[in-house]
Amino acid sequence: MTDATSAPDAASIPGDVTAARRRAKSRRRFRPSGSVVVMTLYLVFLMLPIYWLINMSLKTNTEILGAFSLWPRDLTFANYVKILTDPSWYMGYVNSIIYVTLNTVISIAVALPAAYAFSRYSFMGDKHLFFWLLTNRMAPPAVFALPFFQLYSSVGLFDTHIAVALAHTLFNVPLAVWILEGFMRGVPREIDETAYLDGYSFPKFFVKIFMPLVASGVGVAAFFCFMFSWVELLLSRTLTSVDAKPIAATMTRTVSASGLDWGVLAAAGVLTIVPGALVIWFVRNYIAKGFALGRV
Amino acid sequence: MNKTVNQKAWFLVLPVLILVGFSAVIPLMTVVNYSVQDTFGNNVFFWAGLDWFRDMLESERMWNALGRQLVFSGIILAIEVPLGIFVALNMPKKGFWASFCLVLMSLPLLIPWNVVGTIWQIFGRVDIGLLGYTLAKLGISYNYTQDFFAAWATVIVMDVWHWTSLVALLAYAGLQSIPDAYYQAAKIDQASRWKVFRFIELPKMAGVLMIAILLRFMDSFMIYTEPFVVTGGGPGNATTFLSIDLVKMALGQFDLGPAAAFSLMYFLVILLISWVFYTVMTNLDKREGR
Repeated sequence: MTDATSAPDAASIPGDVTAARRRAKSRRRFRPSGSVVVMTLYLVFLMLPIYWLINMSLKTNTEILGAFSLWPRDLTFANYVKILTDPSWYMGYVNSIIYVTLNTVISIAVALPAAYAFSRYSFMGDKHLFFWLLTNRMAPPAVFALPFFQLYSSVGLFDTHIAVALAHTLFNVPLAVWILEGFMRGVPREIDETAYLDGYSFPKFFVKIFMPLVASGVGVAAFFCFMFSWVELLLSRTLTSVDAKPIAATMTRTVSASGLDWGVLAAAGVLTIVPGALVIWFVRNYIAKGFALGRV
Repeated sequence: MNKTVNQKAWFLVLPVLILVGFSAVIPLMTVVNYSVQDTFGNNVFFWAGLDWFRDMLESERMWNALGRQLVFSGIILAIEVPLGIFVALNMPKKGFWASFCLVLMSLPLLIPWNVVGTIWQIFGRVDIGLLGYTLAKLGISYNYTQDFFAAWATVIVMDVWHWTSLVALLAYAGLQSIPDAYYQAAKIDQASRWKVFRFIELPKMAGVLMIAILLRFMDSFMIYTEPFVVTGGGPGNATTFLSIDLVKMALGQFDLGPAAAFSLMYFLVILLISWVFYTVMTNLDKREGR
């Protein structure tokens, strides 16, 4: 169709072609560099505050408060050494890692069969159930802080790792179910049927055949459970006092205490960024999918 | 894909049901319980009916917090969504630099929320923070603990810093799904850059953008930790958003009845928005024919 309409003014084609070529050339020269400038500015905006935190964590307190400098003049690792040798600091990390790991294991373990059910079968109330799960992901932790505190106090779980891990399942289990369901939908159902014909029982099929197929989904779901449990503060702080106090709470309590130790505070902050920064490379292509609850 | 009808699938869902039931329904029932009772202490409760709800609906404090919350959510959506789309359009399409940008952009999303607060608390200080120091040198008076405008600006810039990448990542995922043929067709038609964006990229991104907007709205609607660390809700009540006010009421003053009524109304709003969100998502799934 386009050929037929453009044929009459064939004479103008050469001019158009050179114009297009010129435009293409100028685009090659300008547009990428424009994008580079935009991306550089944006990334600098993102990185500056983080750089400043790292910068401060490598200074002594006298330098932080004394002279303003863009980089540490008097490089010191004393702040990190203090955190890694003082139990009241490093136990915060240990506590956080314990409850976050517990939470991830619990969330994935219960979410796997449920996600399989949602992706393969329709049953009474499945849509409502799926929606109800979503509302829990969206529930503000502030609403649940007080009832959780009373619930776990009354059953004697206050200030234990398992209490925080269970509390965080409130938003992590729905998240895991949604992400896993998104991945499982991509696996053709013929695989299930063939496996049953070959005489596999359901548990054997699930572990031996299905799990390897959705391994990347499990990895991504685990990453997001880990992350959302790691970044949450309100519930973990409300449910703990001493024995299971997370690093995040340790930090806020130090801020409110007298005599701020800015260097140590900054170093503690840097150390909380490390776990995310280490694993993010592996899930970089699934990040959007994870944040969109498995729907991209 | 049509699914098999199988009621036994309930057994597979049962663990989730029990676990989430334990951590969601029981606490929620506690809240309902408090919202209709009053106490003089000593764990003696008596029926108060809907008094607390009436009190809360008439309370200036809640309406003010809600107003601030809506203004805040509105502002950050107005900034983050266009900025996120703009960044996504400028991201490298593939190769090492695409991964590089993805990883650096995701970094703020993975920082514990109170550390985000701490970072900006330090960054904005006039004596030791880069931002505050620079602004002070430029002769701009800036103090986020005293000045209403500075407090709001800090909280908003912090949220833009923290979450714009989420919008950008989702928009980028939407852009990636556009086949090259579309762009070639546009080139043949000599469509302008704006027209390519308006008629090809935007419609193709609409679904993921909807998710991004709803997620940002929900999460900003229940923001607590970041502004709490930076401004503590101040100066005065300038940055006291709904969650901050609620925690102050429930855990600080232990006003159980009003706090519970507040919680329930808060939760109903969330439920309503979740329903919109769910409808959008399921429609999206249907359109993609999955």
